[in-house]
Amino acid sequence: MAEIALNTTMSVTEDKIAAVKRGGAGDARFKLLTFAAAALIVLLFGGMMAALADGAWVSIKTFGWSFLTSQAWNPVTENFGALASIYGTLITSVLAMGLAVPVGIGIAIFLTEICPLPLRRPIGIAIELLAGIPSIVYGIWGLFSFAPFFQEYVQPWIVDAVVNIPILQTLFEGPPYGIGIFTASFILSIMVLPFISAVTRDVFDTVPSQLKESAYAMGCTTWEVVWCVVLPFSRAGVVGGAMLALGRALGETMAVTFVIGNSHRIHGSLFAPGTTISATVANEFTEAVGDLYKSSLIEAGLILFFISFVVLACAQIMLRILHKRAGGVSA
Amino acid sequence: MIAINKRIYNGRKRSNAFFLALSTLAAVFGIVWLALILYSLFYNGFSGLSLKVFTEMTPPPGQDGGLANAIFGSVVMSLLAVFAGTPIGLLAGTYLAEYGRYSKMSEVVRFINDILLSAPSILIGLFIYVIVVATTHTFSGWAGAAALTVIVIPVVVRTTENMLLLVPNGLREAAAALGAPRAMVIKAVTWRAARAGIVTGVLLAIARISGETAPLLLTVLSNQFWSTHLGGPIASLPVMIFNFAMSPYEDWHKLAWAGALLITIAVLTLSIIARVLESSRKH
Repeated sequence: MAEIALNTTMSVTEDKIAAVKRGGAGDARFKLLTFAAAALIVLLFGGMMAALADGAWVSIKTFGWSFLTSQAWNPVTENFGALASIYGTLITSVLAMGLAVPVGIGIAIFLTEICPLPLRRPIGIAIELLAGIPSIVYGIWGLFSFAPFFQEYVQPWIVDAVVNIPILQTLFEGPPYGIGIFTASFILSIMVLPFISAVTRDVFDTVPSQLKESAYAMGCTTWEVVWCVVLPFSRAGVVGGAMLALGRALGETMAVTFVIGNSHRIHGSLFAPGTTISATVANEFTEAVGDLYKSSLIEAGLILFFISFVVLACAQIMLRILHKRAGGVSA
Repeated sequence: MIAINKRIYNGRKRSNAFFLALSTLAAVFGIVWLALILYSLFYNGFSGLSLKVFTEMTPPPGQDGGLANAIFGSVVMSLLAVFAGTPIGLLAGTYLAEYGRYSKMSEVVRFINDILLSAPSILIGLFIYVIVVATTHTFSGWAGAAALTVIVIPVVVRTTENMLLLVPNGLREAAAALGAPRAMVIKAVTWRAARAGIVTGVLLAIARISGETAPLLLTVLSNQFWSTHLGGPIASLPVMIFNFAMSPYEDWHKLAWAGALLITIAVLTLSIIARVLESSRKH
């Protein structure tokens, strides 16, 4: 009897050991699987860089550094330079951020400090939802609604108003096409606006309320609390959010392509048509004939890759600093 | 003394009023433009919308037609991308939150993932062009789905990791104390606890890809006809909107607006469902 009992316990134990071993092996397999998936992300990134460099190789070999400094873009003679596209990418993004950052921060201040409480959540949610609207919607709105209106009512008026003012005169001269660098920048800025407001509001919300309350207790006005307490505390986050938005603006394709005019010439006037790297690629890539033409477009893409990588990496570092500090405060 | 104080106080009050008014003005300015965009989208979109949009093919200029083939192509490619991208994103997110939470490798993956998350989508189009379209010598629906997959993965990774990190360690420890191996703890306990959040991430990923135009433009081209052949060019809503809006034909413009409205409604619906799911998790 005792032997039988012992035997059963033995076999049960063996079963258990086998089960644990199975579990262990399954565990190792599962761990490897998740690790492989994580490694795939790094591979995707590396592969993207390698594939772009590979695709751009013909053009890199042919034009060398002059690709970065030449404005030529002639598919017939196969002579390409990306300067106009790079210039357009940078100028539209910088102009867009110049408008969107102050307005976005204004919206965030409004939402966290001024807006009546019952309205805060609905307006906040509306802005977050707007941040998800695809950029092509902004693009066709720009093309069909904004550009004609701008051309008819605003542009001639601005051109007339600045006609005798030295610098502004050059910035805003030229025939009113409606489309151009300025229109593209404006639409870009409206597109990144919800994004900046949403990030900034979230960052403002991380400011501990004790800090704000102490400032109020010392007699600070609302604006002084915002300027001297909220903004300094959340600086890294606001800058990080703005750079994230800049990263989006730099690579944005559809909001820009419709309204920039696709002209490969650098013009002093903001009302003149121009182009950006992404608009050039979107407009010309599928119709590009010949290896050199395609390769040049891919090299332009490679340049965009590096520009946006630097900006986005800085943004991530800024946001990580904020995250670490916020973690430190709560701990 | 009192007079000086009064001057300072009045100055501070005035600057307070001034800057708060400025912030309010900024908010009004921003919200008015966003409202205008929504207004013209809904106005023009609804006037272009009819039953034909869902039942008929994209027309040649000057004729009646709809967007049925484009809607079909968009749905198929998005579904493929979600089915391919979700498992990869889920597993990678699991590695970041469970096995490798504090490892150096995870630091690197997180950093790169966050960059991929906001990398310009046109570059993903070029990437897939070089490795798929150029090697197979044909624009194809498969290439488009691949491009969308690359966009889906980082979104799912980010939300999966965030949601798994919210699962209390007590749950994992309790399961481990019962003798469950790590893999079983993850599959039976943490995934289950974070399910609503992970589903939210997948919905947001669908919302994200449903309006992507640039990557499809470079990898799938378009197609005027009904096609279920993923090995060749296939129609999709965003590319159709792009082509139609760029054309000089009035009736194509109408269809472009209708398509844009459809995409926007889809995106908004998905985000709202995601939001409701998320808030049901919190309560």
